[in-house]
Amino acid sequence: MPKLKLPAAPSNPLTSPKRPGKEYGPSGALGHAEEAGISAVDWIDERTSLSGGLRWAMFRKVPKGTNWFYTLGSSTMFAFLSQSVTGVFLAFYYDPSATRAYESIQYINNEVFLGEFVHGMHRWGSSVMVILIFLHMGRTFFFGAYKYPRELNWVIGVALLVMTMTMSFSGYLLPFDQRSYWATIVGVNINGTGPLVGPYLSEFLRAGPYFGATTLSRFYAIHMLMVPGAIAALMGFHLYLVAKLGTTAPPWVKAKAPEELREDKVTVNL
Amino acid sequence: MNKQEKEQYLRDYGTLKNQGKPFFPYAVAKDSAMALVTMAVIVAMAIVLGAELGPKADPSSTTYTPRPEWYFFFLFEVLKVIKPPALVPLATIGVPTICLILLFLLPFYDRGAERRPERRPIATTAGIFVVCAMGYLTYLGAAAGPPTQIDIPVPANISSQGPEAVASFEAGSQVVAQSGCAACHQFGENGNSGPGPALTDIGARLPAQAIQRTLLNPSAPMPSFSALSKDSPEQFAQMVSFLAALK
Repeated sequence: MPKLKLPAAPSNPLTSPKRPGKEYGPSGALGHAEEAGISAVDWIDERTSLSGGLRWAMFRKVPKGTNWFYTLGSSTMFAFLSQSVTGVFLAFYYDPSATRAYESIQYINNEVFLGEFVHGMHRWGSSVMVILIFLHMGRTFFFGAYKYPRELNWVIGVALLVMTMTMSFSGYLLPFDQRSYWATIVGVNINGTGPLVGPYLSEFLRAGPYFGATTLSRFYAIHMLMVPGAIAALMGFHLYLVAKLGTTAPPWVKAKAPEELREDKVTVNL
Repeated sequence: MNKQEKEQYLRDYGTLKNQGKPFFPYAVAKDSAMALVTMAVIVAMAIVLGAELGPKADPSSTTYTPRPEWYFFFLFEVLKVIKPPALVPLATIGVPTICLILLFLLPFYDRGAERRPERRPIATTAGIFVVCAMGYLTYLGAAAGPPTQIDIPVPANISSQGPEAVASFEAGSQVVAQSGCAACHQFGENGNSGPGPALTDIGARLPAQAIQRTLLNPSAPMPSFSALSKDSPEQFAQMVSFLAALK
């Protein structure tokens, strides 16, 4: 029985076509550097396929009419980043023990280079972040931007607001001066008046029935590990949904089909 | 929103989005400019306002008035609006929790298709009301300084007991004033009218023993004065006798 001839093996599929305009290969030091950069990015992209997602996030369109009100969310995130960076610098020197906390903050303020400045940025940055998050929420509310299909993003945003307030509350104790100590005692007592979970919540916050040696380190862990981690994760999800659903247009901007596609303008040539 | 309204919205939004500009670089440029403004404000506040430390925390001293950070003032003031002691849990936890639940569920009970603020009268009015209420409560909290002055005239029955009793009464008045009691309690003309009950005539309502018990073992959110009673029992006794003399 005659056999059909096998088709020829294809040429090596891994040889990619040459870049246009580069028939003679890279020329000069600059050309080689460019080539090296491109192949490094290619190497990463071949293994991660990040470029697609990056293109999707960066070159999506924002609708017509987008104005300065739409920068409030990103500046809230920027304030959070600023808090993270200044917080790391403060954590270099801070000691969350009842006997050393106040002295370590004093050391930051008086001895460390630019210490009081960074401490001040962290302290007032929290006020700025709270103001920005409320303005961002106000914009979302009055523009009706929480409606279909962005309901879930509103819920995440409220969770972020609660966490931001938790950050303020837990951070207020850390300098351990009179002001922060007594305000926190009252704050924890207020939590304790809640029904059912209240007493357990304030016991959890105090690390026991009374304000003790481990209360401060517990507040510190909540302030710099637990809540910021949750904020970063939820912020990522918030941003993903913003990119996926798109930012809203201001409610008074009306959608108008392009001129040449409007029904009364289209003429049919027979 | 019904299905038709949803589809209409998505169609209109698609048109607007197609007519828009790419996120990079147009929106990124605006966001970056705003980030620079934010940075400038934070830096300016850090330089101008600094980060002063108060005196070190001292659990045994009760001469300090607890005050939260300014953006918690509105929550703190709710405590003063709702006065009856039985309703304190309502003010501390109830009202904030209900408001928070309403905030979380907003997109699920406000389901109308309209987005323009002037055509959503209920939502817009409610929003403006909440903003004004929070602003007003924050202003109240900022204006209510920590009062450290109590001017209650020496009662007749004390002054008739001689100069020693008068001196003890005045010393007690000073301890109470310095302990920041007036931040939450009213004393005649002085002090804030909440969250705690008025103490103008506390001596008529409670015997000295009961006042002492309350100071040592108060109901939340009042801080306990047991540290004061251990460290300076004399001051604590003056405090109790002063409060018991208020009739």
